[in-house]
Amino acid sequence: MKEVDARGLSCPEPLMMTAEALKNADGPIKVLVSEAHQKTNVEKFAKDRGKKATTTEKGSEFEIVIE
Amino acid sequence: MNLADSKKKLALAGVVCGLVAACLAYFGNPANMAFCIACFVRDMAGSLGMHQAEAVQYARPEIIGLVCGAFIISIATKEYRSVAGSSPLIRFVLGIVIMIGSLVFLGCPLRMVIRMSAGDLNAWVALIGFILGVSTGAFALKKGFSLGRSHETNQASGAVLPIIMVGILILALCTSLLKASTAGPGSMHAPIILSLIGGLVFGAFAQKSRMCFAGSIRDVVLMKNFDLLTVIGGLFVVMLIFNLAMGKFVVGFDTPGVIAHSEFIWNILGMYAVGFAAVLAGGCPLRQLILAGQGSSDAAVTVLGLFFGAALCHNLGLAASGTAMNAETQQIVPGAVPMNGKVACVICIVVCFVIAFTNKRETAKK
Repeated sequence: MKEVDARGLSCPEPLMMTAEALKNADGPIKVLVSEAHQKTNVEKFAKDRGKKATTTEKGSEFEIVIE
Repeated sequence: MNLADSKKKLALAGVVCGLVAACLAYFGNPANMAFCIACFVRDMAGSLGMHQAEAVQYARPEIIGLVCGAFIISIATKEYRSVAGSSPLIRFVLGIVIMIGSLVFLGCPLRMVIRMSAGDLNAWVALIGFILGVSTGAFALKKGFSLGRSHETNQASGAVLPIIMVGILILALCTSLLKASTAGPGSMHAPIILSLIGGLVFGAFAQKSRMCFAGSIRDVVLMKNFDLLTVIGGLFVVMLIFNLAMGKFVVGFDTPGVIAHSEFIWNILGMYAVGFAAVLAGGCPLRQLILAGQGSSDAAVTVLGLFFGAALCHNLGLAASGTAMNAETQQIVPGAVPMNGKVACVICIVVCFVIAFTNKRETAKK
């Protein structure tokens, strides 16, 4: 699975990287972010594009699988 | 509670923040400055003796409330994270640029919106510069601009700015150590307790809604996303209604009572610098205070840059003057940007370009 590591980056870099990855990926992608607002943004971004986002908390960070 | 997951909730957050700003303006804050972040940080820098402009010195409880409101709500909702390490000194410089640009225009993006809602056409002119600045920042982002990653740090580090803010509040309330204007905008303020509560509420809602003036336009430019713009829309509508109701809505340039000037090119260039630097720093001055409250030492360094910039502006004569009535001669004296301010503004824009195109995501360490 393609992985986007956007941990610790400022807005809107996580979203831009997610968008870029989704454009080039065939299957699901995994996005790593560290802030809650970035998690919400990525989830919303996926939903707006008709994709399913599943989030799991990993310590103080988040892993979002978009498929 | 998540305020950021629907446009309705976002607009509601904007309305609440608008109500806070309108209330504070009603109870004594300077006319349509209401809740200007740049003005209030500048006043606070004055109260701490960082500059000697006697008319603009006051430890604004709104700023203290904003940082502490964001701190408290982020702890309560488990969003507090103590992080640091994403190019702090570049952020410091961006903070200086944001303040210089703001004081050339006479207001941060929040005050620009408040001035727009009062019919001040100079603010609408400045909006052009702000949009262009944000768009230039967005272009840099597309080209791969990044200030690199922040990392988790000691829990206490993120609490330093909120603690300093509480310390300033205690000094302001219990000692005569801090300076306070007896005339001018710095002397005009709502009662301390109202300002503090207003700041706390504004801070909490801004944290939950991710309100950001630079981010709202950046998201529209970059991804045709209008979510954050809804928050600003809510705030604008409330302030518009307030101004109409209070008879303060006057369409025109050089409106009496509005601290502003009509030098179009410098209104545009000042806000261009602010928009550009704010996108590079990941948020407008308001957002920097909120991020600092929720534990980002990087945003806190940007806030320190704002303070430093305010000191530079008044110590070196960079800040613009507002159009005002001369009490003795009854003549209107037009506001202007001093030559020093113009030079500084151009330098700020050059600095933004250098920062924007020398910091690339690919070269940032993982």
